[in-house]
Amino acid sequence: MALQLLLNVFIAFTWMFLGNSYDFGSFFGGYLIGLLLIFTLRRYFSTRFYILNVWAVIKLMLIFIRELVLSNYAIFKVIIKPKLDIKPGIFALPTELKKDWEITVLANLITLTPGTLVVDISDDRKILYIHAMDISDVDEAIDSIKNSFEKAIMEVSR
Amino acid sequence: MNEILEIVFGVIILFGALLSVLSAIGVLRLPDVYTRNHAASKSATLGVLSILLGAFLYFWVEEGYMNARLLLGIVFVFLTSPVAGHLISRAAYNSKVPLWDKSVQDDLKMKNQDEKAKAR
Repeated sequence: MALQLLLNVFIAFTWMFLGNSYDFGSFFGGYLIGLLLIFTLRRYFSTRFYILNVWAVIKLMLIFIRELVLSNYAIFKVIIKPKLDIKPGIFALPTELKKDWEITVLANLITLTPGTLVVDISDDRKILYIHAMDISDVDEAIDSIKNSFEKAIMEVSR
Repeated sequence: MNEILEIVFGVIILFGALLSVLSAIGVLRLPDVYTRNHAASKSATLGVLSILLGAFLYFWVEEGYMNARLLLGIVFVFLTSPVAGHLISRAAYNSKVPLWDKSVQDDLKMKNQDEKAKAR
């Protein structure tokens, strides 16, 4: 992905030199032309067309913000409730992610999810230990959310 | 037009202040370190974020002054506060702070027992 981005910037600079005009407008035009060139030559790269990765990153950021708002609402409900009837607990979640940065992003996402907080990560980086605010009803729902997060993160690093 | 925008920014800032109060109440009210950490690491994050966002938008619209430092502050708080929450609860668990009596499940205990068994 980084290689394609670098190549695109390089094409944009070449375009600026060809036109002998050095401002943002011609850089942008050259960038668009480079995008088109890379799209036509996408078969020759080992990774996929990089705009798809950019799009996946944007989607991940939107998920981050949505989860932050939702989790605040969930915490709000627990705090305001007159009776404290939560059932906290720590459960283990096996993960398929391999790279360190992916696991970091997943842990951050889980921490911002309604009612969950990552407490520990096993030494072989295969299991996340998560403290849940209310373990009874959340357990399965959370597993499904995790799957969607994991998918979104894998989509970025593909 | 500007008056309406001012009211909107005021609402954003008030919302952030309200969330901060709420997370303070949560820290007082919840039973143990881990549940308190839930309240502190989530509500406080969004509270601070919306206060910073409100200030940023106000100065942008009212004074025409775009302060990129506020935006950077938003990004930094957003990235660091979940990590801080994780580290605090991990440190608490490793120094054997007990969970609340009514906690149901503790998978992490098994992991630590396994490690002890291996060390022997």
